[in-house]
This record gives sequence, structure tokens and C-alpha cells, in this order.
Amino acid sequence: MPMKITQEIRDNTVILTLDGELDASSSVILDEELSDPEIMKYTMVLVNCQNLNYISSAGLGVFISHLQRFEDAQIRLIFYNMQDKVRNVFEILGLDLLMTIVSDYEEARSIANE
Amino acid sequence: MSNSIRVNCTKKNLKLIRDFVTEYLRTLALSDILMNQIVLAVDEICANLIIHANHEDPSKYLTLKVQTVKDQVKFEISDQGRAFEQSNYREPNIQEHIRMGKKGGVGIALVNRIMDKVEFVTDGTQNTCLLYKKIR
Repeated sequence: MPMKITQEIRDNTVILTLDGELDASSSVILDEELSDPEIMKYTMVLVNCQNLNYISSAGLGVFISHLQRFEDAQIRLIFYNMQDKVRNVFEILGLDLLMTIVSDYEEARSIANE
Repeated sequence: MSNSIRVNCTKKNLKLIRDFVTEYLRTLALSDILMNQIVLAVDEICANLIIHANHEDPSKYLTLKVQTVKDQVKFEISDQGRAFEQSNYREPNIQEHIRMGKKGGVGIALVNRIMDKVEFVTDGTQNTCLLYKKIR
């Protein structure tokens, strides 16, 4: 399996830890995870990208497609621990300006608590 | 140096293609970011060919050739599916995609922004995408 997603709940936050590569084949499971109605019960979705080694447009597309729905429901989507080469892919499309990407968990929490 | 790989049109083969390109690029001692960008551009084209041009038909194949010519790396990706019509291509508006909740349609934009030259040629049967990237 090229992508493994682990979900952890802490209070009002869902932490998704991505492990592997998000491409046109594996991004389907991320879409299923983010489409789960349960996720709408929380106010924050933190995405730990430390072990996300690769993302293609299909992976980006999954986040793009859920962003507005989360914003409408006032759910913050925050990425952290992102590798430089993965962040670069977000930057190529200007997504780093439209999504919240921070350096680590502490920063993600402090933004989430604002 | 020249190298090639032929795979059938299933999405699972994208990983195989990326590993092949990574292995080839490793010999060129590129930065992590540049290497990832080039692998991504090839992956995007192959994903489009597998999914859109060949409808994930495992009886169809695509061939990827890579070579380094002077200071640039050149990829040639061929298939016999539906040809990509570059003249109909429009750059996506990402903010609009977010508003609409759209999943697809940003792959070619990545390829165009990463590569120095992107060409699509067809003889009516065989389609070839040519990607060029300066590496020095």
C-alpha cells in the first residue's frame, strides 16, 4: 500500500497522519477519509505530513475539493511537518497561499486555538 | 545514456514509473526538490494517459523513454489512446476550483510550470508527449 492514513482524535481535533505517497492511485483513500461525515463534528483537521514523501495533482485535488466545504463548516484545515519537496509542489500552484501550512504540531495547535 | 520502460495502463503502475525515473535521475545528482519536480511532471503525464487517454484499460500500454542530451533531460512518453488536444487546454483558476470543490484539472498546470518545454505530437495512431528540463 503506497499510502497509510492514521486518524487520531484529541478533543475537538482530528489529526490525520499521512505515511507514503499520494498519487492518482492512492489519493482515493484520502478522499474517503475526508468525506467521512464524522469529520464534520470537529472544528480542526490537522494533517501531519512528516512521512508524506510525495504528492501529485490527484492528492492536491483531494484537499482542494474539500477546502471550501470545511471553510463553510468553519473547520480549520492545517498542514504541518511538511517536507520541503512536498511543500514546493503546493507552492508551484500557489496553494501555500490558499491553505495553512505551518512548521510543526505546536504551531498548528496555536493557530488552531486562535 | 538512454533508458526506457513499457507498462500497461493501470494506475498502480504509476509508482513503477516514478521509481524508474527516480533511479535514472539519481545518477545526475540533482537537488531533492528538482528531482521531485521532474518525477512529478512525468507522473502527471502518465496518469493522464492512463486515466483519460486509455481509460485504465490494462490491455493498453505506454512507453517512457528518457535520455540526457547535453545539459537537459528529455522524456518521451508514447501511447495509442485518445490524443491530448493542447490547443483546447486552458490554465486552471485554482481559487475557482476551491470554490467549486473540483478534484481534477491541475496536473498539466504543474507540468507546464515545472518543465522547460512540453510538446504533444500525434501521427493519428501513436501519440507522444515530449518533456524537456534543463538540469545544469
